[in-house]
Amino acid sequence: MDWTVWVEWIVKGFVLCLILLTGFAYLTLYERRALARMQVRVGPNRAGPQGLLQPVADAVKLIFKEELTPGKVYKVVFILAPVLTVVPSLVLAAVIPLGTKFNLFGREILLYVADLNVGILYLASIASIAVYGIVLAGWSSNNKYAMLGGIRSSAQMVSYELSLGLCFAIAIIMGNSMNLNEIVNAQGGMWFAVIQPVGALIFLIVTLAEVNRAPFDMPEAEQELTAGYHAEYSGMKFALFFMAEYQKMIVICMIAATLFFGGYREFWFLKDTIFSVDRYWFLGPAYMFLKVVVLLFFMIWVRATWPRIRYDRLMTFGWKVLLPLSLATVFITATGVLLAQELNNINYYIYGVPALSIICALAAVMMIYRDLRRKSNGRI
Amino acid sequence: MGVFDPVIELGRGLMETLRSFWFEPTVTYQYPEQKREVRPRYRGRHVLKRYENGLEKCIGCSLCAAACPADAIFVEASENTDEKRFSPGQRFASTYEINLLRCIYCGFCEDACPTEAIVLGDNYELSFTDRRQAIYTKDLLLEPVPSADMLTPRKMDPGAFTRSVPEMKDPID
Repeated sequence: MDWTVWVEWIVKGFVLCLILLTGFAYLTLYERRALARMQVRVGPNRAGPQGLLQPVADAVKLIFKEELTPGKVYKVVFILAPVLTVVPSLVLAAVIPLGTKFNLFGREILLYVADLNVGILYLASIASIAVYGIVLAGWSSNNKYAMLGGIRSSAQMVSYELSLGLCFAIAIIMGNSMNLNEIVNAQGGMWFAVIQPVGALIFLIVTLAEVNRAPFDMPEAEQELTAGYHAEYSGMKFALFFMAEYQKMIVICMIAATLFFGGYREFWFLKDTIFSVDRYWFLGPAYMFLKVVVLLFFMIWVRATWPRIRYDRLMTFGWKVLLPLSLATVFITATGVLLAQELNNINYYIYGVPALSIICALAAVMMIYRDLRRKSNGRI
Repeated sequence: MGVFDPVIELGRGLMETLRSFWFEPTVTYQYPEQKREVRPRYRGRHVLKRYENGLEKCIGCSLCAAACPADAIFVEASENTDEKRFSPGQRFASTYEINLLRCIYCGFCEDACPTEAIVLGDNYELSFTDRRQAIYTKDLLLEPVPSADMLTPRKMDPGAFTRSVPEMKDPID
């Protein structure tokens, strides 16, 4: 193999890691500022102009903090656990296309690290590995709270991964491929989120649970479990958990954008205009950035608004509501695609699928309401 | 309650936070540059007051020290003479120390003072780097003289200040 290919891979991987690391740093600032603004505060604005150097200050602080290893922890696993959490969150982004391609030194540079033909399977498998880090951290800490946090986290992730997988299935069916590039290109005409809004909504809810964000931040419920699985961690090891959480947020928003919101492609109504990514390659990363920022804002917004859901209700919601609903949406999507093919009428797909899945979602809401009313003896 | 009310309520919650995100002005004071005015009855650091003629109001009676629940005040009194007069009347406080680490800012010393000499002021920017700095002595607590010729101690006509507690109106604030 040509050595330049290796150089290109290494440089692309390095750049991707850098993007994720700086993205993590500035996501913390973004979250703190946005959260503060929603709570009618200002947020960190002292370090640098508008607080732009705050992440640097935080990093310096965390690096120079004393690192404590409690006496009775299982040392090997204790040290390995943060690494096991961070690595998947970095590796996950490898298959996500960030744009089309551009020419540099006579070479055609593609804007993704790996073009995997089973990209979605890769995402699903790597995303599940991240739970090991959390469980092992909780277990090796030799602390009951940390243990409970780790167990909760694993139970929650396993439960919600089913719905996540079914959402992946929706995107696979609609894109007719497991390759993320082809899924993105299939959304040139219309975003999947428009055709299958319920699927996109389920995906957004499930990703909140997958990255342990409010209102599903059970594993780190401060009021119940002190800090959850990372209660015994300090200094740089804690920073690694922190980093993993925020990088996962970024990556999962990238995945959501790729699967349901057109990836690096422009808005569907801007196709064939001057704003199309086919015209200028640099618009691809720009659109991706924009979509990720908006989706991250959604996550922060939800965190600022809704209280934490009770643990048993979290499980009930995952197993009894989201799983059947996502099964139904997969079924509806598949039927719509099939009908459109067999009867050669695209209307079954572009009108039938959204209408039926929205009806399904409303039915689900109705059932939740009835269940709540039954449990509260009609007091609701 | 309708069937979709729970969902509508969730949406209303989201709209509320979004509204404060975009439209509500922040309530934050950018502290070191922008200071907030204290209330008229704010109880900050103590100030020892003077009369208009520059004499100290404090007569060294130690009632504030007796009233102090945290035992933060130490007063030592000495005799005034007409050659060296600090305050009207017979005695003045030659030592007046408040340990601001013990003080709980309750304001009992203000209430106990018969001459309204000690007042809890507006200064809340108190920080110390060691314990000794927290003990405020008389020269730190005493209010500056109204003009340069009114320094204490000073020579006074004999018999001009025999009364240590002045005639006072009822306190207003």
